[in-house]
Amino acid sequence: MFDKYLIVEGSLRNTGPADAPEGFAFDARLGYYRGLGLSMIENLAVAVDGEAVDSQAIRFDEGSGALSLSAMETAFDRRWEFGAVATISVARPGGLPVGPHAVTLNERLRISYLPFPLMAKDDKTLTVA
Amino acid sequence: MFKRGVSLYSFQEELFLRQMTVEDCIAFAASIGANGIELLPEQNLPGFPNITDRQIGEWKDLLAKYGAVGTCYDMFLDTKRRKDRLMTDDEQVESIIRDLKLASQLGFKNMRVLIFVRPDILERCIPFAEQYDVHMGVEVHAPWYLDHPWILRTVDVADRTGTQHLGLLPDMGIFMKHYPPEFRDRFMRQGARQEIVDFIIDQHEQKVMAEYTIYEVAVKMQGNKAEISMAETLRHAPYANPKRLKDFLPYFKHIQAKFYGMTPDSRDPSIAYDDVIPELIACGFDGYLSSEYEGNRWIQDVEDVDSREQVRRQHVMFRRLAGETVEA
Repeated sequence: MFDKYLIVEGSLRNTGPADAPEGFAFDARLGYYRGLGLSMIENLAVAVDGEAVDSQAIRFDEGSGALSLSAMETAFDRRWEFGAVATISVARPGGLPVGPHAVTLNERLRISYLPFPLMAKDDKTLTVA
Repeated sequence: MFKRGVSLYSFQEELFLRQMTVEDCIAFAASIGANGIELLPEQNLPGFPNITDRQIGEWKDLLAKYGAVGTCYDMFLDTKRRKDRLMTDDEQVESIIRDLKLASQLGFKNMRVLIFVRPDILERCIPFAEQYDVHMGVEVHAPWYLDHPWILRTVDVADRTGTQHLGLLPDMGIFMKHYPPEFRDRFMRQGARQEIVDFIIDQHEQKVMAEYTIYEVAVKMQGNKAEISMAETLRHAPYANPKRLKDFLPYFKHIQAKFYGMTPDSRDPSIAYDDVIPELIACGFDGYLSSEYEGNRWIQDVEDVDSREQVRRQHVMFRRLAGETVEA
């Protein structure tokens, strides 16, 4: 649910110094009708221009500091609030070339009352200015 | 006579996109005479479960400002909070007590309990529900129904203990008499073909067991992914008997009025309110019918969602079925 709203339009940018980017980032929302503790965000899979990003290069920050996906598993006191915009960043020396990029985000959520994981997915073309 | 209310769940599209605030939702509900407000704290109260006194005060002030009342607190239970193990029974009880206390502090008398919560866990919570004076209503959600053996286990606990603080909370989605047009159209956008769509809808209309239809579509007809997915929705779309409501009346105090979309002339093409509401009136249900609009997720891929208009139409229908003279 809320699939088409997961990736925030116009949010793709390189990170780090402008002349020597260290990676890239974009903003995203949780595809669910309530907030969820970070320990129940089972996976955030990112692909750019059709190529999957190494999960170890991904960091998530809902506003309380960047966490790796594995650190999120035990972040019991932190929460991705309903509709709230968080930042997903990827370490990649050089960042992304200026111009349009196809960004894919797959969220896999561990919802206690469902026997299966809840999946949410968005694909958008975003531009690095 | 039943009373009219709205769950904030109904406005999830606009709340998610920050196009409406909780105050906007309450103001709108009050404007259509639906003064009972159902809250999802984990959706509507940022910072949950660390709710501050200030937030509690703001909630009560908002209700007072619009002449509204809080009807029901929708709890969740994160049994899978940890990856390595399920919550222990003690942890589950502790989490539910936390919610009972918060519900009480926020002024609620009813708490919607997720259907998967075990009856023996709820039995352990009864003393606390009594202490905080909050009724724990286990949500009777499709494809379960009032007589379902899992639901009867909760009824058994309520009967055996004699408590007035444990029972049920029916979701009117159990009365899906006709297949929702919003579901049909979404599957067609995903590639379901007309003849197979027609077959699935006809099977649902005839109340054929879902598994039969799924086998027909998946195996015999070699249906595509969208067609099989559509057939699989039938597992969750049974039509329960509205005449059973009166037999369970002692166990429920609040109702979630699920719907997926109203026609422009304020009729529900899917959920059998025409059958349900006369039953509720006849048996003397005097709690809230709380709108639960869930159509947004079926149409948001192609059109802007207008939750207010959908809720408004549902309340026109409620008033019509209650015998008032109303225009669509």
